Amino acid sequence: MSNVARVFQNPAEGMITFRGDLASRTVKKAIRSVAGVAMPPAGEIRGEWGRGVGWMSPDEVMVLVPYADVGSATARLNATLSGTHVLVADVSDARVCFRVEGGQAAAVLARLCPVDFHPDSFGVGTLRRTRLAQVATAVWRHDTGFDVICFRSVADYVQGVLVNAEQSVLRGALGS
Amino acid sequence: MLILTCPYCGVRADETELSPGGEAHLKRFGPGSNDEAFEGYLFVRENPKGVHFERWRHSYGCGKWFHAARCTTTLEVFGTYEAQTSEPPKAIREAISAKRPGWSWRDLS
Repeated sequence: MSNVARVFQNPAEGMITFRGDLASRTVKKAIRSVAGVAMPPAGEIRGEWGRGVGWMSPDEVMVLVPYADVGSATARLNATLSGTHVLVADVSDARVCFRVEGGQAAAVLARLCPVDFHPDSFGVGTLRRTRLAQVATAVWRHDTGFDVICFRSVADYVQGVLVNAEQSVLRGALGS
Repeated sequence: MLILTCPYCGVRADETELSPGGEAHLKRFGPGSNDEAFEGYLFVRENPKGVHFERWRHSYGCGKWFHAARCTTTLEVFGTYEAQTSEPPKAIREAISAKRPGWSWRDLS
């Protein structure tokens, strides 16, 4: 029926919140050895869901690794950076990730976030933390659509508003 | 609707992504100060019609506090700047002077 966009929950993968001095060479090297990609510039993500690094704030990145590797990745970061002032926290089970795919994926998200999702201003690899309906999220664009990370406690809500927005793009807000 | 550019992450953030933090550049008067100074620190605020300096927090984004200079009547934003300063930087003050000659705010002008 609907082919404007598709909303589904991504399989669980590992997420590690990392805070520290992102400009430091030791930190960059440690992140790279765990995530397999270089430190992204501000407002961007390198890699993809399951293996990558997303820029969250001037002193915070989200390290994405396969779910099974979270324990070893956390341990490795802590070991390489012992003595450096950093925070490494496994948040894999505290967050969930949704995927919005399809030709009108940007229109679906534009109904929920105060963000210009046009490819000229929000291209592939752009990551932005923002407000999705009433909750905090991080959104990034990849080749086939968008990935949306939110707290697991609001996962049902986010799934609901995303599906509702997708239906609204299809039929109009009043469902006619 | 107010749109402020976060000086830390460069995002043009909508008002709904931000949390207001009240008047900017307050000087704290704590233990050891006299009652009048303490009262001023707690309660006395500017309420200007025109140029104003405020604190905002990019709460749905990077989470950092920053400062914004704007006009309370037109909502025109003169600029935003980082929080690690006790007074507006020269560039911001010049931007305001260019658009609102003769402006004043507390002892700034």
